[in-house]
Amino acid sequence: MNNPKNIDIKEKFVKDFELFESKLNGESKSYLHSLRKSALEKFKTTEFPTLKDEEWRYTNIKPILETEFIPAVNSAPVKVTTGDVEKHLYGGFDFYKMVFVNGIFNTELSDLSGLPANVTVKNINQFNNEELDKVKEYFAKIEESDNAFNMLNKAFAYDGTVIILPDNTVLEKPVQVLYLTGSDTGQVLSSPRNLILAGKNSQAKIIISYQPLNDSKYFTNAVTDVYADENAIIDFYKIQNESEKAFHIDKIEITQKSKSVVSNFSLSFGGALVRNDINVLLDDEYIENHLYGLYLATDTQHVDNHTFIDHAKPNCESNELYKGILDEKARGIFSGKILVRKDAQKTNAFQSNKSVLLSDTAVVDAKPQLEIYADDVKCSHGATVGQLDMTAYFYILSRGIPSDLAKSMLIRAFANDVIEPIKIKELKEQLNHQILQHLHSKDF
Amino acid sequence: MITIKNLHANVEGKEILKGINLQVNAGEIHAIMGPNGSGKSTLANVLAGHEGYEVTEGEVIFEGKDLIDMPPEDRAREGLFLAFQYPVEIPGITNTVFLQTAINEIRKYRGLPELGAKEFLDLMREKAKVLNIDSSLISRSVNVGFSGGEKKKNEIFQLLMLDPKLAILDETDSGLDIDALKIVAKGINVFHNDNNAVIVVTHYQRLLDYIVPDFVHVLYNGRIIKSGDKNLALQLEKEGYDQLIKEAAEPEQV
Repeated sequence: MNNPKNIDIKEKFVKDFELFESKLNGESKSYLHSLRKSALEKFKTTEFPTLKDEEWRYTNIKPILETEFIPAVNSAPVKVTTGDVEKHLYGGFDFYKMVFVNGIFNTELSDLSGLPANVTVKNINQFNNEELDKVKEYFAKIEESDNAFNMLNKAFAYDGTVIILPDNTVLEKPVQVLYLTGSDTGQVLSSPRNLILAGKNSQAKIIISYQPLNDSKYFTNAVTDVYADENAIIDFYKIQNESEKAFHIDKIEITQKSKSVVSNFSLSFGGALVRNDINVLLDDEYIENHLYGLYLATDTQHVDNHTFIDHAKPNCESNELYKGILDEKARGIFSGKILVRKDAQKTNAFQSNKSVLLSDTAVVDAKPQLEIYADDVKCSHGATVGQLDMTAYFYILSRGIPSDLAKSMLIRAFANDVIEPIKIKELKEQLNHQILQHLHSKDF
Repeated sequence: MITIKNLHANVEGKEILKGINLQVNAGEIHAIMGPNGSGKSTLANVLAGHEGYEVTEGEVIFEGKDLIDMPPEDRAREGLFLAFQYPVEIPGITNTVFLQTAINEIRKYRGLPELGAKEFLDLMREKAKVLNIDSSLISRSVNVGFSGGEKKKNEIFQLLMLDPKLAILDETDSGLDIDALKIVAKGINVFHNDNNAVIVVTHYQRLLDYIVPDFVHVLYNGRIIKSGDKNLALQLEKEGYDQLIKEAAEPEQV
């Protein structure tokens, strides 16, 4: 465990924190900063995961620990144009726009006009006391399960998206959050800290997309919490399209209360080394949870998806569908655990993971796990790995369609049941296009 | 139109076609009949260029061009069409997008301008009408959730849309009720004219009540053992294949 590199990097981050703190002046005594300080204290005594940790056995994080990243709060500001923003936004529909550069909110590039007065869509740095109280209340009742990366995020979390929906509020337009990351001057560490608190009977669609500002090497280390109170309906679209040199580590923590419905989409395109953690706690009865995942990887990309669904109470339903398309020497991992606790009778839990390998050198590891302590439940899981359907391929070719397009159509067809449930039509179309383009541009 | 000479083909190392000779001219309809396992579907797939089949001997000349080394997409662009015995489902790709892509790829190959959206839609409407296809079916993903009959109809719809020179229909009649069979036959007859040709691969005579063949060939054990006119199909319907197979086997026993 005591790899010297590992110690260096931790000491470096502790020093970075001191520099960060010295620039904060009066804010250093605030509530937010107290959260950062406590995260740093935990970080100091926590080791980064290694291949010996069961949850990290497929993902070697050494490349991250061997790079000297500069926390965005300490690095030189980066110039961003509206063109950079437009290029990476999903368009064709109305939305509230939040733009962050290296994890720090950019007011000029954002547009929150028309937002209902009682709804909070803000960067956490602009909070008033009343809003902070709600955040405090949430943190008081939530149990954090953080690894060293998550603690690092919370120590350097200067900014992030916070959406607070009061009870009985329906947000008609989606919120689209764009995290643009990258720097010309150094290897930047972006630490977005997002929080979505959905009140009783509230509804919203939220898109959080991580996009590259340039092709530099950088590190996005994000944490997102979603809390859906009774009857809330939340659609959450996380789109990861980082630069091909970038590292991306993200944890999404979802807590659901009675009769709430959360649909979470995790769509992974870019990044050199990617780790997506999603933890779901079904903490009441009659909850519905949907986890949809799609991961496309080529060249030497490494994409690790870990999901954990905790059925703590009876009469809940979870549906999980993850699909991977891997080419060249890419490696994909799906590790999905479903825990059905003793009290969670009448649970319905379904999990499916399917991957196609487009080359002989691509690798996929699938690790479905069901842990069931209740006796009256319906649970299933399945994992398959295969190639593109050659009969279907021939069928398309036989209509005069060229082979690259035929493959694209088959990939599109394969991804269909993950993409089809997306409720924002224009987003769905653009993602479909992105799937084809992503594999196309890499000359698969 | 197409000339097949001494065609031999293997599937996974096993010889299925053992010397097929066939000449099909423009304006003709040929029926290829035979018992299960005789090589009918293999012949259809070999002609369309399925890479699971290996041609070991012989030649296939289509409109003056050698087909054997031509990739399947180029065969289609040259004007060859295979209606599949088991049409494939393609979720997420609508019939409209699929056909528009196919038509424009074929046109591009032939040096023709792309078909405009309006022309394409007009063409779709016209052809859909021939087959009584509901417009909602066209806007759905290719064959997804289609019944067996709808899938076969969709193959004929594609045939009408792509308007090839040679149509090979692989057991298009299988699994159809009599009404669907009549509609499918109507589509084929609307397609057929003096400038194109049809090869109907079928197990039964019943489709041939509606599509009258100029020639009927009986395929058995990878070879055409008998050729004749439409009456051969009727004879087979009455007597079955056994007598023919016996006759064909006799010379070898002598």
